[in-house]
This record gives sequence, C-alpha cells and structure tokens, in this order.
Amino acid sequence: MATMTDAAEVAMNGDGAVPLASEAPPGVAAAAEGEAFPPDVVFRVEVLNCYYGSHRAVRDVTMDISEREITAIIGPSGCGKTTVLRCFNRMNDLIEGARATGTLLFRGVDLYDPRVDPVEVRRRVGMVFQKPNPFPKSVFDNVAYGPRIAGSVPKSELPDVVEASLRRAALFDEVKDRLKDSAIGLSGGQQQRLCIARAIATSPDVLLMDEPCSALDPISTAHIEELMHNLKEEYTIVIVTHNMQQAARISDRTAFFTADVDAESNSRYGVLVEFDDTEKIFSNPSDERTENYVTGRFG
Amino acid sequence: MRLGRVFDDRTRRVVTSEVYRRSRDVRGGVFRVLLQIALLVALLVLAILLVDTVTDGWSILDGRLRDFLAGGLRSQSGDPELGVFQGIRGSLWIAVFVIVLAFPLGIGAAIYLEEYAPKSRLTSFIDLNIRNLAGVPSVVYGLLGLAIFVRGLEDLTGGQSVTAAGITLAVLVLPIVIITSSEAIRAVPQSLREAGYGAGATKWEVIRTQVLPYAAPGILTGTLLSLSRAIGEAAPLILVGAVTGFLGGQSGLVDISQLQERFTALPIVITEWVQESGRDRGFAPAAAAAIVVMLVVVLLLNSAAILLRNHFEKKR
Repeated sequence: MATMTDAAEVAMNGDGAVPLASEAPPGVAAAAEGEAFPPDVVFRVEVLNCYYGSHRAVRDVTMDISEREITAIIGPSGCGKTTVLRCFNRMNDLIEGARATGTLLFRGVDLYDPRVDPVEVRRRVGMVFQKPNPFPKSVFDNVAYGPRIAGSVPKSELPDVVEASLRRAALFDEVKDRLKDSAIGLSGGQQQRLCIARAIATSPDVLLMDEPCSALDPISTAHIEELMHNLKEEYTIVIVTHNMQQAARISDRTAFFTADVDAESNSRYGVLVEFDDTEKIFSNPSDERTENYVTGRFG
Repeated sequence: MRLGRVFDDRTRRVVTSEVYRRSRDVRGGVFRVLLQIALLVALLVLAILLVDTVTDGWSILDGRLRDFLAGGLRSQSGDPELGVFQGIRGSLWIAVFVIVLAFPLGIGAAIYLEEYAPKSRLTSFIDLNIRNLAGVPSVVYGLLGLAIFVRGLEDLTGGQSVTAAGITLAVLVLPIVIITSSEAIRAVPQSLREAGYGAGATKWEVIRTQVLPYAAPGILTGTLLSLSRAIGEAAPLILVGAVTGFLGGQSGLVDISQLQERFTALPIVITEWVQESGRDRGFAPAAAAAIVVMLVVVLLLNSAAILLRNHFEKKR
C-alpha cells in the first residue's frame, strides 16, 4: 500500500468522489455524475482517435485497462500500438502535430483535460522504451533521477529507494558493487532492467512498456518476463509487443490491433479489432482477422 | 575416402585460386595516397609557416622577450620600449567581451531554436539567415560596429574603444556560436530526452539534466573555436578604430578605466608592423615575434577548451 499513489488511493476509496486535491479535479465530477468509476479500472479508453497532423493514425479505440493485470497490445507494424500506448502517459505530446480526441480516463480523470499536467501524469504512469535508454550517468543516479526531480524522497532515504527499486527490477545483486559506475557499461538486458528500476523508483501506478524485449537476447527476455510477472502484484502493466508468444506467456488480457487502409486517402490507420482474455484471443478469437494473425496466416 | 580426398583437393585449388587473388582495389589505393598527400601538404605548409616565423622573430624572442611582452606600440623599430603588451591587453579584453556577450547569447539562442521554437517556416527562415550571417565577411561587421557601437552608442562605449571592438567581435562570432551549439544540441539522442520525460521530468529539467550535459563538449568546442576566430580578426578592428601608430599609456592588464579608451590588438599590431617593415626593416622581426605571441595565446585558449571538453566528456 505504501507505493500507492494519490490517484490510486482515491480510486480505492470507492467511487472516485473523493477529490485528489481540495477542489474537485477534472474528470472526476464527470465520472461521478453517471455511475461510480470502477475501482479496478485504471484506464478507460472511449472512442480514442490519434492524429499526426491531419492524418488520423488510430481510429475509435475503446477499451478498459484493469488494475494489476498485464495487458498486451499486439498487431502488425503500423497498426498504432505504440501510438495508443504513448497516449496513456501523454508521451505523444512530445511529437509535433500529434493530438488525440475522445476520452481517456485515468482512475476516472480525463488525461487530455487542459488542466492536466503531463509531467504529473508521467510520474504516475512510468514508461520503459523499446531500446534501453539509460542516462549516461551512474547506475545510482539513473534510478535516483525520478525521485530527485520529483523531490518526493528525502536525500537520506534515496539509497534505500534506489536499492528497493533495483531489487524489484531483479538487478541489485548484479550491480550492487558498481552503483557508482556508468550505466552505459551494463549489458543490454541489465540496461533494460535498470530502465525498469528507474521507472518504478517514482512509485508509479502503471508501467507502460513499448516492446521492452525487442532489442534483447532470449535469456534477458526471460529475465524481463519473469520480472513483469512479479511486478504485476503491485503494478498495472501495459505492454506493446511484436512477439505473440510473449503476449501469450505473460499477459492476462490481449488487445489485437490491425492496420486498415482508408479507401479515400489511401492512407493506413490502426483499429482495435478485438480485446479479450489472452487465453480466448489465442485459442478461440471471435474475429477472423485475429485468428489469422495469431495463427500466423497474416502479418 | 580416397576419392573424396581428391575431390576436396580440387575444390580447395579452385577456391584458392579465387580467394587468393591479390587486392585489385587500385582506385582505393590511389585515393588513399591522394588523401595522405592532402594531409601532408597541409602539415607542410603549417610547418614552414611556423619555422619561418619563429626564425624571423628569433632575434627578439631570444633576445628581449620580457621587454617585448611588456612594451607598446612605437614609431621606431629601434625603440627599446617596442612591444606587444597593448596588443595582448586589447586581444584579451576582446576575448572577455566575446565570452561574456557572445557565449551566453549564442548558446541561449541555440537552446531556444532547438528545444523551444516550434518547427515552422519562420524558424527555418531564421535558421537559414543565421547560417548566412556566419558567412558574411568580417569587414561588414566592422562597418556595423563603426555605425552602431562607435557612433550610435558612443556614450556607452566611448567611441573608438576596446568596448566597441569587443562588442563588434562578439556580434561577429554570435552566428557561429549559435550554429555550433545548435548542432551539438541536435546531436543529443531523442531517446535520452524521452527517458527524461518518461521519468517525470519537466522540459526545463530534461534540458538541464540531460540535453545540456550531453551537448556540453560540442558546445564548448564550437564556442572556443569561435573565440580563436575573434582573436585573430583584424579587418573589423581597423574600421572600429584600433590604433596602429603610437599608443601611449601603460595601464595594467585588468584596469577597467581603459575600456573606453583607444586600443589596439594583436592582429592589428602584426598588420601594422608588417606594413612598416617596408619603411623600417627592423619591424619585420617584431612582426614575426608578435605572430608567435598571438599563436601562443590562441593555443593556450584552445588547450583550455580541450581540457574543459575532456572534463565534460568524462562527466557525461
């Protein structure tokens, strides 16, 4: 419970009527008007559309991401998996011309409300990237980065937070003697686990992972998958993966996206085809396109 | 077995004849030699220049270096007080102006252009113009300095002073500082920025803790090269009114009061003495010695740049 964020606590208190701050935060009121926001839903996506400039890259995505589950997003290249994932922590804001319409509720709060500060969102929704991208600093400074800039941890407690994060990322034993060494000297798999440690050091509510194993060898991949399995107990994880076996192995629920071609403009856009329990997606999908994809007949 | 071995031998012979061929990369070899010649020519010219200058100026460098470094501009080459002190003083003050004005302004403009400015037609227009400005002949900057800093802002600069010269040269190298700093900032991997944002950093925090430390060595190299350029410029200084003849007064190196007075600088001293050597042969070794002094000053600045860069590179 100690790692839970304010937003999570609000959700755990029941119906989202308890405000984050003294005044009612954006989105909560809207959710409270209709029905109580379900406490086990972390993200509620309703008719989400993502644009790059005038190009509508992702169309009408609707899905719920549940708490303490691993949700996998699979699909062929160019189907908008990563675009959707990067909406969950407003990372697309960094891309010029990118915008989103529709509703994206995080614990009942509309993430795209103009009053929302993306920096605060990213402190609650951590991210691990495709290519390991440790800072060119020491191992310790990498993990301490988030807590330091957030000012959330007193300086004296930083070593404890760093150690706890590294332990949770199953990396501490390998690096405990070289916390002061540059993170660039670590192997690819270690770097990626360091990035996970860095992401959980700010005690986020959710971890977003964008193909976290695509640059890693099978042993490192197995490490990370095992790690995700353990992290699931405390965090909600959304992972984009190209590897269907990986999705089948680790996730509880799977969303299958595919790319359609717009007949008028002849441009490609992503759509959510099917979203269900992973077991069902891989054994008995209800959509033919999903079946073709997971059985390897397409994509 | 035996048959197999015969077959193997034959295969090996064929493969051998194919892969044992001597390298046929004749063009590559010629190209390599041409490149080496290019490097050699450059080094040779530099070496000849250095040896020639040092030999020419040796009588002074060896004989009266101390007096030469302490002396000033004189009309006779035989004057025992002839020396480059005023030149060094002027050049160092110009360096101070460039460091204080051009570096923060240039680096700041580069950070804004790369990190904050929206990618619009206006910004690419501005970018293009900065690049053009960097190619404008220095004489033009001299005219600008004369019109604005010497005449327009006379109350502030004291007219034909080292202040006006310093500001002029700061403006001269400003585009170069902006361009080199922009390149250094552009070379920062996007993944590093994303890592910062992903960890919950604000834009300012990402720039301060990731972008600038990573770009620092590149920014430093570019800016200090531009400093060398500023110190070597003569043409704009002549227009701004650097003194070429006799310059009295022997105020100290860091005496602020001289900032609004007439001044000279090392490249001016050199140009002047080379011209004078036609009338008075004695100025030739003085000019050579002054060149050596200027080279040493520039070299010292560059060494400082390299040391600083290595320091930052270790940190990143």
